[in-house]
Amino acid sequence: MARVEVQNVSLTFGVHKAVDDVSIAFEDGGFYALLGPSGSGKTTLLRMIAGFEFPDTGSIRIDGEAVENVPVNKRRIGMVFQNYALFPNMSVADNVAFGLEVRGEKGETLRREVADALDLVQLGALAKRRPHQLSGGQRQRVALARAIVTKPRVLLLDEPLSALDKALRTDMQVELKRIQREVGVTTIFVTHDQEEALSISDRIGILKDGRIVQEGAPEEIYDRPASEFAATFLGEANILSGTAENGRLRLDNGLAIDLPPEGGTVAGDFRCAIRPERVHLSALPDAATAGGQLQGVVKRRSFSGSLSTYVVDCGGKEIKSVVQRGGGTAIEIGRPVELRWNRDDLVMLPAA
Amino acid sequence: MTGKRRDSGLVKAMPLLLPAYAWLTLAIFLPLSAMVYFSLLTSMSPSGQSATLTLGNYATFFSDPLYATLLVRSLELGLIVTLVCVLIGFPAAYVLAKIFKGRAREAIFLLVILPFWSNSLVRVFSWSMVLREGGILDTALNAILPFKVTFDLMYSYPAVIIGLVHSYLPYMVLTCYLSLQAIDDALIEAARSLGASRFTTLRRVIAPLALPGVLAGSALIFIPVVGSFMEPRILGGHGGTLYGTVIEDQFTAVYNWPLGAALSFILLAVVLVILLVSAPVLRKAA
Repeated sequence: MARVEVQNVSLTFGVHKAVDDVSIAFEDGGFYALLGPSGSGKTTLLRMIAGFEFPDTGSIRIDGEAVENVPVNKRRIGMVFQNYALFPNMSVADNVAFGLEVRGEKGETLRREVADALDLVQLGALAKRRPHQLSGGQRQRVALARAIVTKPRVLLLDEPLSALDKALRTDMQVELKRIQREVGVTTIFVTHDQEEALSISDRIGILKDGRIVQEGAPEEIYDRPASEFAATFLGEANILSGTAENGRLRLDNGLAIDLPPEGGTVAGDFRCAIRPERVHLSALPDAATAGGQLQGVVKRRSFSGSLSTYVVDCGGKEIKSVVQRGGGTAIEIGRPVELRWNRDDLVMLPAA
Repeated sequence: MTGKRRDSGLVKAMPLLLPAYAWLTLAIFLPLSAMVYFSLLTSMSPSGQSATLTLGNYATFFSDPLYATLLVRSLELGLIVTLVCVLIGFPAAYVLAKIFKGRAREAIFLLVILPFWSNSLVRVFSWSMVLREGGILDTALNAILPFKVTFDLMYSYPAVIIGLVHSYLPYMVLTCYLSLQAIDDALIEAARSLGASRFTTLRRVIAPLALPGVLAGSALIFIPVVGSFMEPRILGGHGGTLYGTVIEDQFTAVYNWPLGAALSFILLAVVLVILLVSAPVLRKAA
């Protein structure tokens, strides 16, 4: 269990900068998600922390020890692979015992530690099975037991849940979180699934084109995205662009909205983001009586169980609103509506 | 239900299976049965004298210890050549399967299967030019080394081994390559992440998973090498008298086909016994 510190790390494959001057610290015992689209460098960063790739420049420290030139087998890390990578020629128990045997453990101690690890992932009964006799979720648990039984300083997970179906994935997220809490190991989790990152981790690092674009607690990143990419990659967002002056934002279609209080001093080209669930709708008898921040006409609507999504046409600009379906009746398509939101929910984005 | 479906499947598969099985029947079982018949004849003379059936040809093998001695020598040769092929072929296959990618892999592959493209007789004779005194190897060594060496491997046991390894190495490389390539790279990375050194990873993960390929290659090499006669005859000289060359003599020099056929079947029986005895052991290992 240890703190992991990545400083100014870069790695180039040929002409492609896979990881570009990344600095990020993973605190002891934390559960981190590295989130990004494919090709963003998240897996490469993880593989450098593991020791499968070596950075061209920069340093990686585990527990204060510089490891950037230490080979993977000497780093005392645990890793869970996307396809689990269980040894097909060994039983479940032998898979879990492998890392301990390599370290020279044997006899009763070895047996007890293997049994404890399998109990932790609730697979004690299947110790004698071969990997091909297990379901996807069970293999996942074995891979996890194998990675943590050696008491690694850091646990690395490379999209470990992506091969599972949705229901099982949700169960495993809860399970993974429980096991991580119980063991207390610093955990770094690579995923391209934003919901997974939000629900499972204490902190999220968002990567794009080999760089970290934002790092913070899930709520913080969701509520205060630092860029348009962060706003749209992590959840949905309406992006409003226009010209700012005197605390107002004049949109490209001529309509104007109020900026949040801290936006009073900005001027020139400017962008804001607002989450669809922060946009409130109310139906109007006719367009003349409209108030609120913006007015428009309902263009499309769709239902997904407990939520309704409306797309409102505001003078040519489409704005999405997600509302909880209550007892009231739905607003029909073509109906004039007013859009209201709290000024503080509007997130100002830096100029692109 | 399933039985019925399987039956109709077999009927549908017949047109696909038939050519191969018809060919195998014609090309293997007919000549083989003819050879069984020959091996039981007292003599085969072109004049058409009537021959009677006998087991005498098989008895000859047991009455003269020379045959058994030669058979043991041939089995030994088979083991040595197979072992050398494993030692050389497995590392090469590993590099091909796990380290080279794309173009480089194709190029090296071409080099590996190049021996298949040349006539086997030409291959063996070209070795004789390399290995003899004053040959290519001798001249090259003397050009590099400051002192004089006489290097003449021609007509020796090592020459036979060199020639046979050259001929059969591609089988080992190909079978090992196939089984190594099927090993997921993530398994190797997983072993390394658990603290295993490269050697431990090879011993505990790669070797057990590649074993079927090594065994298939070994069978493909061992069986023909035990019966080989061309390489021993051309490269081995007098020292190259082996079980295979004796059989060849019976057919091409002495014209004692019945004895040659009988010796062949004894070889076949011995090889089958070896495979049967080793099968359970190997299955356990795999």
